[in-house]
Amino acid sequence: MKDQLNYLAARAAAGLMGRREFLGRAAALGVTAASANLLLSSAVKAAGVKKGGTIKVGIQGGGASDTLDPALGANATSSQVTRLWGEPLLELDPVSGVWPRLAESYEASADAKTWTFKIRQGVTFSNGKTLTAEDVLATYERHSGEESKSGALGIMRGIESMRAEGDSFIMELKTPNADLPYLLSDYHLAIQPNGGKDDPAAGIGTGPYVLKSVEPGVRFVGEKNPNYWDDTIGHAETIELIVINDDTARVAALQSGQVHMVNRVPPRTAKLVARAPNVTVHSTAGSGHYVFIMHCDTAPFDNKDVRMALKYGINRQEMVDKILSGYGSVGNDSPIGASYPLYTEMEQREYDPDKAAFHLKQSGFDGTILLRTSDNSFPGAPDAAALFQQSAGAAGIKMEVKREPNDGYWSEVWNKQPFCTSYWGGRPVQDQMYSTAYLSTADWNDTRFKNEQFDQLLFAARGELDEAKRTQMYADMSRIVSDEGGLICPMFNDFVDGYGEGVEGIVDAKQGFELNNFYAPMKMWLA
Amino acid sequence: MGPALKLVVQRVALGLLLLLACSVLIFAGTMILPGDVAQSILGQSATPEALANLREELGVNDPPVQRYFEWLFNALQGDLGTALTNGRSITESIGSRLGNTLFLAFWAAVISVPLAIFLGLLAVRYKDRWPDKLISAVTLASISIPEFLIGYLLMYLVAVKLRWFPSVSMINDTMSLGEKLSAIAIPVAVLTLVVLAHMMRMTRAAILNVMQSAYIETAELKGLNMFQVIARHAFPNAIAPIVNVVMLNLAYLVVGVVVIEVVFTYPGMGQYLVDHVSKRDVPVVQACGLIFAAVYIGLNLIADVVSILSNPRLRHPK
Repeated sequence: MKDQLNYLAARAAAGLMGRREFLGRAAALGVTAASANLLLSSAVKAAGVKKGGTIKVGIQGGGASDTLDPALGANATSSQVTRLWGEPLLELDPVSGVWPRLAESYEASADAKTWTFKIRQGVTFSNGKTLTAEDVLATYERHSGEESKSGALGIMRGIESMRAEGDSFIMELKTPNADLPYLLSDYHLAIQPNGGKDDPAAGIGTGPYVLKSVEPGVRFVGEKNPNYWDDTIGHAETIELIVINDDTARVAALQSGQVHMVNRVPPRTAKLVARAPNVTVHSTAGSGHYVFIMHCDTAPFDNKDVRMALKYGINRQEMVDKILSGYGSVGNDSPIGASYPLYTEMEQREYDPDKAAFHLKQSGFDGTILLRTSDNSFPGAPDAAALFQQSAGAAGIKMEVKREPNDGYWSEVWNKQPFCTSYWGGRPVQDQMYSTAYLSTADWNDTRFKNEQFDQLLFAARGELDEAKRTQMYADMSRIVSDEGGLICPMFNDFVDGYGEGVEGIVDAKQGFELNNFYAPMKMWLA
Repeated sequence: MGPALKLVVQRVALGLLLLLACSVLIFAGTMILPGDVAQSILGQSATPEALANLREELGVNDPPVQRYFEWLFNALQGDLGTALTNGRSITESIGSRLGNTLFLAFWAAVISVPLAIFLGLLAVRYKDRWPDKLISAVTLASISIPEFLIGYLLMYLVAVKLRWFPSVSMINDTMSLGEKLSAIAIPVAVLTLVVLAHMMRMTRAAILNVMQSAYIETAELKGLNMFQVIARHAFPNAIAPIVNVVMLNLAYLVVGVVVIEVVFTYPGMGQYLVDHVSKRDVPVVQACGLIFAAVYIGLNLIADVVSILSNPRLRHPK
C-alpha cells in the first residue's frame, strides 16, 4: 500500500493527477486527509520549489492601533509583519532549532559570559545601506536602554557591555547565559539601520520582503526584496497579510479560497474545518499553557497540602478534551512542556479524588476556595473553572467560581488575587520562562514561588555549557515547581493553523509559535 | 424672514449647540474611563520601567480642562491629534476609514431606501392581502435575526458554497469600482435586510394614516387610480415621518455597523474605533465619538429641515 501511495503522490506532484483526486484515492486506501496531504507536500518538495505568485495570509491578532516599531510589537500580526521586513541575528527554526541568519556564526567563552557574533557581509537594508556590526549594536542599545519601551527589555537586561569590532559584535553578560542564542532569535530584535534610532517605525530592514502597503489592523503587502541574500527563503513574489480577527470570517476566507493560510483555527471547530476537502488543519505543540495559579504565600494556599489537594483534584485529560477539543497536551504542573529543548518527561500527575481528599484532610482546611476567572484569561476559562469546580467537588473540596470582567483582568486580578485562571505564552527556553515567573525575585512571579534550591539551580544552569548536566538541572527544577509550587497547569495548547489548496512546503514544527514560527508565508510556496 | 427660514436657522443653531455639548460629554466620558493606556499598549509582558517611560512620553498627566480646550480648538481646525498607540495622524487614518464607511453606507442606502419605500407603497396598495403580508413577514423576520447571523449565513451560502462574492470585504485604493462593489456585495445585502423593515413599516403606516383623510377620498372620487392617489396625494403629505426614519437608518448605517465590519473584515470606522477602545487610545476614541455625533446630529438636522420645508403651511404663510 505504501508503494502505491508514493506512486500516487509522485504522480500528483508531477501534475499528472489532481490534488482532489489524489486525496480521494488516498482515502480509498485508508489514509486520512491530513497525512495524505503531508505525503503529497513532501513529494512536491522533492519535485521542487515553485517561485512566484501571491501568498495571502488571514491573520488573527492585530488592530488599527499597531505600529511597525518592532520594539512595541505584541501580537501575531506584528510578529508576522516584522518577519517580512526584518531579521534577527539568529532564527528559531521550527524544526532544527537555532539557525544563523544575520550572524553568520557565533561562539561563547567557556564561562558563557562573552559572546562573539560574526556579522554576515554584503547584506543591505531595503534603503540601500549596508549592514554593519554597528547597526546591530545600535539595535540592541535601543532595546536595552533605560528609556526603552521594548517588549524585549527583559531579555536585554543581563547585558554588561556590548561593542562592535570590525565585522564582529561582542556581548559581555553580567551572569553566564548559555541560552543567549535562543533569546536573540526574538522577533522584537530585528536589526534596523542605526538600530531604528532615527525612525523606529520605518519598516526598513534586511528581510526577504519589502513593505509596499501598510494599513495597521487591515492589510500589509510585502514584495520580494530583490537584494535578499538567502534564496532558500521567500518563494512567493508577494505576501499579503489580511487581518481577520473574527474566527468565523477567517475560516470562511480560507474555505472560499480568498486566503492561502490562516492562524488560530478555533479548536472547537477545527475538526469540522479539517473535513472540508480543500483545507488542511495543522497543529503544532506549543509552549503556551493555560493555568490556575495560587499564591504560595497567601492562606490557604501557603499550606502545601491545600496546593496538593487542588493539584490532585483537577482532571487534566478532561480539560484537554473539552476546553481544547483535543488540540493540546496534558500539563504536569510545570511550565515546561515537550516543545522545550532539553526537556525531560516526568511521571504524570493524574486526577485522583482520594489523594486530593487525603491532602485536604492533612491540611486541616475546610473552608471554601475562591477561584477568579474571566473570558480573556484564556479561551474557555470560565468553562475550565466550572470543570475544575466539579472535579474538585468530587474530592470534597468546596470551590466557588467568581467571574471577573475582562476589562482590567490583567491589572486587577492576575498577579494580585491569590487564586485565578491565567495564560502563559511560553518562552523559547527554560531559563527565560523560569526567570520570568518562577525566580524568587521575578516581577511576574504570579505564584509567589520562593524556593532557594530552585533559584540556585537556575543560576547554575545558566553557566552550564554541558547539555547533559543542564538537562538534569532543568528536570530537577521542573520537579520542584510541580511538587512545591503554586502552579496548576492542566494543559498546553497547540497552535492550530489552516492551509488552503495549493500551499506546499508545510513542515511539522517542533517549536516556536503559530504559522511555523511565522516563517510559513516565506518558506512555503504555491503549487 | 419667513417662518420656515427662521425655523431652519434655529434648528441649525440648536444642532451646533448640541454638538458642542456632545464634545464635552465625550471628553468627560473618556477621561473617567478606567484603565491605563501604557499597560494596554505594552500588554501583559510590560515591565514597570517600560510602563513609567511610556506614560511620561504620552503626557497623560496634564490637567483635563486645559486638554479639553486644546483638543476642541485643534479639532475645529481639522487636527484631531495623533494616536497614542502608533503615532499616526488621526485625521489621516480616519479620512480613509470614514471614506470606506460612507462608501458602504452609501451603497446600502442606494439599494435599501428606494426598495423600502417601494415595498411600503406596494404594501399599502395591497393592504391586508397577500403581498402586504408577505412583505411584512419577510422584512420583520430579517430585522429580528441578529445581523451577524444573517452575515454568517450569507457568507456561508454566497461566498463559501457558491463563491459568487468574496467573504472578506477588504477594499483599497488600487481596486476599480467594480471590484469594490463586488467586495462589498454581501455586507450591503446584510445591511439592506437589517434596515429595510423599519423604513418599510414607517412608509406603510404614514401613508395609511394619510389615506384616511377626506382629500384622498376626493381624489378617488375624481377617478384617479390607486397608485396615482398614493404617489401624488398621499406620499407628499406623509414625507416628514418617512424622511425622519430614513435619516435614522442612514445614521445607523454610518455609526452602527461595527458588527458587520468585524464579520466581513471591512476597514471602516467601527472597526477602527473598537481597536482603539481596547487599547485605551483616548484621542482616537474622542475623535471617532465626535465624528459619530456630528453624523447623527447632521442627519437628524436634515430630517428636521426637510419636514419643515415639506410643510406647505410653513412654506407659504398667509
